[in-house]
Amino acid sequence: MMYQENILDHYKSPRNFGRIGNATVHHHEYNPLCGDEIELYLVIDENKKVIDVKFYGRGCAISLASASMLTEQIKGKTLDELKNMTKEDILEMLGIPISPVRLKCALLSLDTLKNSILIFEKYVRK
Amino acid sequence: MLHTQTKSLDVESIRKDFPILQRKVHNKPLVYLDNAATSQKPGQVIEAIDFYYKNYNANVHRSIHQLGEEATAKFEEAHQKIADFINADSYQNIVLTKNTTESLNLVAYSLTAGLKKGDEIVISQMEHHSNFVPWQQLAKQRGLKLKFIKIDEEGKLDEESIKENITKNTKIVSITQVSNVLGTINPIEEITKIAHENNAFMVVDGAQAAPHMPIDVKKLDADFYAFSGHKMLGPTGVGVLYGKKELLESMQPFLYGGEMIREVRFEDTKFNELPWKFEAGTPNIIEGIGLGVAIDYLNEAGMKQVHERDKELVEYAMERLKEIKGVAIYGPKERGAVASFNVHGIHAHDVSQVLDSEGVAIRAGHHCCMPLMSVLGVAATARASFYLYNTEQEIDTFINAIHKVKKVFGV
Repeated sequence: MMYQENILDHYKSPRNFGRIGNATVHHHEYNPLCGDEIELYLVIDENKKVIDVKFYGRGCAISLASASMLTEQIKGKTLDELKNMTKEDILEMLGIPISPVRLKCALLSLDTLKNSILIFEKYVRK
Repeated sequence: MLHTQTKSLDVESIRKDFPILQRKVHNKPLVYLDNAATSQKPGQVIEAIDFYYKNYNANVHRSIHQLGEEATAKFEEAHQKIADFINADSYQNIVLTKNTTESLNLVAYSLTAGLKKGDEIVISQMEHHSNFVPWQQLAKQRGLKLKFIKIDEEGKLDEESIKENITKNTKIVSITQVSNVLGTINPIEEITKIAHENNAFMVVDGAQAAPHMPIDVKKLDADFYAFSGHKMLGPTGVGVLYGKKELLESMQPFLYGGEMIREVRFEDTKFNELPWKFEAGTPNIIEGIGLGVAIDYLNEAGMKQVHERDKELVEYAMERLKEIKGVAIYGPKERGAVASFNVHGIHAHDVSQVLDSEGVAIRAGHHCCMPLMSVLGVAATARASFYLYNTEQEIDTFINAIHKVKKVFGV
């Protein structure tokens, strides 16, 4: 069953939900297939460690729960550690069977994170 | 199959013709309510396909041998059956394509080729991407102006907006007969009159109409009418473009190659007669024949009866949906066989996922109508759509499953 208690809990009370005014990097991803949207705000210190994170968005239970759980994992990690995160890490984190059509929902937050890091490295801290 | 033209459908016996309805999904009986996406196929169609490959598989219009002649005769007969189904004059009005999308692209490419910069094309806010993107992109490429008829609060085409948009500058009007999201049945005859008064061509997207109601292209008087075989009990891979003969004759082919030629010389090519001029390459022979068999099936059931039955089903579904607190339904009361809705606080994909676990198949998403979704102010909707084999009991299962969705999500 996809909608286990922890998934629904993260969906209904997402952790780190909101925006950060002075974020080091802020990025927005959109999944046009379902209309899911995730905005990710990262505060990154001089050691390239994420010291604060928030996300904002709308979407299905899978994409929002995935984003909420991911923000819990992000805090305190360095960008290099985060860059190594894979699809498998997300699936393990969710701990539920994800059908191929819902994979995009599950991975939207990871895509947002990866692209946020790319933007940070390309434009914010050269 | 024992049903006559005058009596209502014998749903019990119809259901026996569809092998897939015996299937279980997640250990529950399949309740298939995604007919606007594609319909299921009766044994008659499946067997006709099997029979063709086992007995007379051959290419058409070229092979001088028994199999080739049999295949050609059946393929041509399919064109005639389709012509009769929509009351067209002749098989020559019937071009087989891949699907409605290709039919509409064919018309869009061929018709816009003759237009000048600033000429106007009118579509509506409720069009499916297949009747939207071709016009939008060709308008961009060819410097044409694309205008949109607005929908009113109920989800019908706004009458004032129809009159405002279709003017002397309009060259093409292209409108869906039935909306795949709202279910709205548009007044095609009246819009065609207005288009013709302004010397514009009228194109109709019949993908959600032809499977569900009697179609008379002469009465509609539209210049082009497009629909798909797979939404009306036929196989995938075959669509139809009906066109008035003089227009099809004057139009450039959309695809070039074999089959569509009469004579090819190094300098130039003479094209084949209608409809083959528009069916380049080895055509979708068995898909066309299969669609012919699907039409036989629908004729035996009776399109009037199919339409009546659809109405009963969608009215019952709407009534039951309205009983559920927090369910929003989109579109007018009078509608085709689709019911789009949202459950407050739950994304349509989650609704669909929980319904699937109960064996109920619906569609969730933007239904290839992203511009319409933005007008409705939603990212997605859930949609249940019905056909002649569905039952009230299945709708009850669907409604119970929505209650389960609400329970799972605690709303």
